[in-house]
Amino acid sequence: MNSSARRDTVLRYPPGVRTNHWLVALAFVLAALSGLAFFHPALFWLTNFFGGGPWTRILHPFIGLFMVLVFLSLAATVWDDNVLRPADWQWLRQWRDVVSNREERLPEVGRYNGGQKLLFFVLVVCLLGLLLTGLAMWRAYFTLPVGLVRLASVVHAICALVLICAILVHIYAGFYVKGSVQAMVRGTVTPGWAWKHHRAWFRQITHDAHPRTRAD
Amino acid sequence: MPLQSLDIIRRSATTTPEPEVRGAYTGTVAKLIDVTKCIGCKACQVACMEWNDLREDVGVNFGSHQNPADLSDRTWTLMRFTEYENPKGDLEWLIRKDGCMHCADPGCLKACPAPGAIVQYANGIVDFQEENCIGCGNCVTACPFDIPRISKRDHKAYKCTLCSDRVAVGMEPACIKACPTGALVFGTKEDMQEHAAERIEDLKSRGFENAGLYDPPGVGGTHVMYVLHHADQPALYAGLVPDPRISPLVHLWKGTAKPISLVIMGLTALAGFFHFVRVGRNEVDESDEAAARASLDASRKPEARP
Repeated sequence: MNSSARRDTVLRYPPGVRTNHWLVALAFVLAALSGLAFFHPALFWLTNFFGGGPWTRILHPFIGLFMVLVFLSLAATVWDDNVLRPADWQWLRQWRDVVSNREERLPEVGRYNGGQKLLFFVLVVCLLGLLLTGLAMWRAYFTLPVGLVRLASVVHAICALVLICAILVHIYAGFYVKGSVQAMVRGTVTPGWAWKHHRAWFRQITHDAHPRTRAD
Repeated sequence: MPLQSLDIIRRSATTTPEPEVRGAYTGTVAKLIDVTKCIGCKACQVACMEWNDLREDVGVNFGSHQNPADLSDRTWTLMRFTEYENPKGDLEWLIRKDGCMHCADPGCLKACPAPGAIVQYANGIVDFQEENCIGCGNCVTACPFDIPRISKRDHKAYKCTLCSDRVAVGMEPACIKACPTGALVFGTKEDMQEHAAERIEDLKSRGFENAGLYDPPGVGGTHVMYVLHHADQPALYAGLVPDPRISPLVHLWKGTAKPISLVIMGLTALAGFFHFVRVGRNEVDESDEAAARASLDASRKPEARP
């Protein structure tokens, strides 16, 4: 009886993943606040958090690069678990059941649900877009044709908008599904949580812990 | 408070009115550059350096009379030289004094994210306030004329001020003062348009049937205008933009997208709040824990099965 369920908790995110996730989160908050400062005059006061306008202009691209790097590291760890499968599209099509607490009507969910997987790939696309366009806009080091910089500026703003909205949804989802924050902060969930929200994953880890079960 | 200018009609990254009680009741100003009268002496370049205390690094000869090679943070006006062979086979030496055009609808000001780093005065002058500049380069991205330059030393944007300091006390810009041929004239925009009309009539009578005024409407007109002998082909003059306007991409980026994006972000956050108010949180209850325990027990004791 070496199951983690013995301790009445299931390990969902090991320390490395948790650290990585919160590094991405920290970088996101800093990149978003410093970027929004330049996006709309109503938000220019955010430069105060970074030591004023010029310092914000200096720091923002480095914060962005840091975010891309730590996200790449996280993405490499969780990529395989985030590949969208037919059941995930079905899950997404039933988004009304998702937001109405009618989980029993949804297909069984593996380690990540359709929404989490969709978020993951939205992040991949947005961060790639932000990286490429951000480099094009980085006048301290790069000088590109002005037409390209104009296009990059628009795409940078669109990617940032989509990313910020996606993260707002992500933060709310973490609050909405009680126990998710605990999972990402302390790493563990209760068996009931895994059963309710990620049943296929729950079955998988409990089976893997007892390979003989399958042999029967 | 008369030490302030009180005539600021537009200020970058600012959404409320600026002190603008003083109007340009005698008309906005304009510099008229009569390219057809220019002899390429560069007295205007020297006057600009002198008045503004700017000294460009000594450069290299790149095979043109043009010197330095390009505008820079320390070269706010530059004589651009073009050797043009006209359809008759004759050589024309086109000399255009390049620098900020002081657009009525300035792209730099539209794109600038730093409050008060770029202002537009009632008299039409577009001026950079470098102490507010953060060095992002959005002005460079948005300018239809490729004018502003970011200094490599202090990372601030610089360009021609139209000698706003001189004009504010009733003097003409330094370049105007220095021009020996009358190719540069300064006055109200209306007067300059009238003067240009006379010059164009004269040029047409002497065989330049395409002579005309360059005051591009795409940027609302400019407070620096050219008299060109080939107004039908502005690009001949070292690539003068034929129909300059603020790029639609810049309009999208710094116009439409700004308020809409803030609203979208705000609505997303509000949607979360009201979802919580209406639906509440998704919580695990005892029946889930019991079901999980039952499943665990089932998988844990396979040998107990018959």
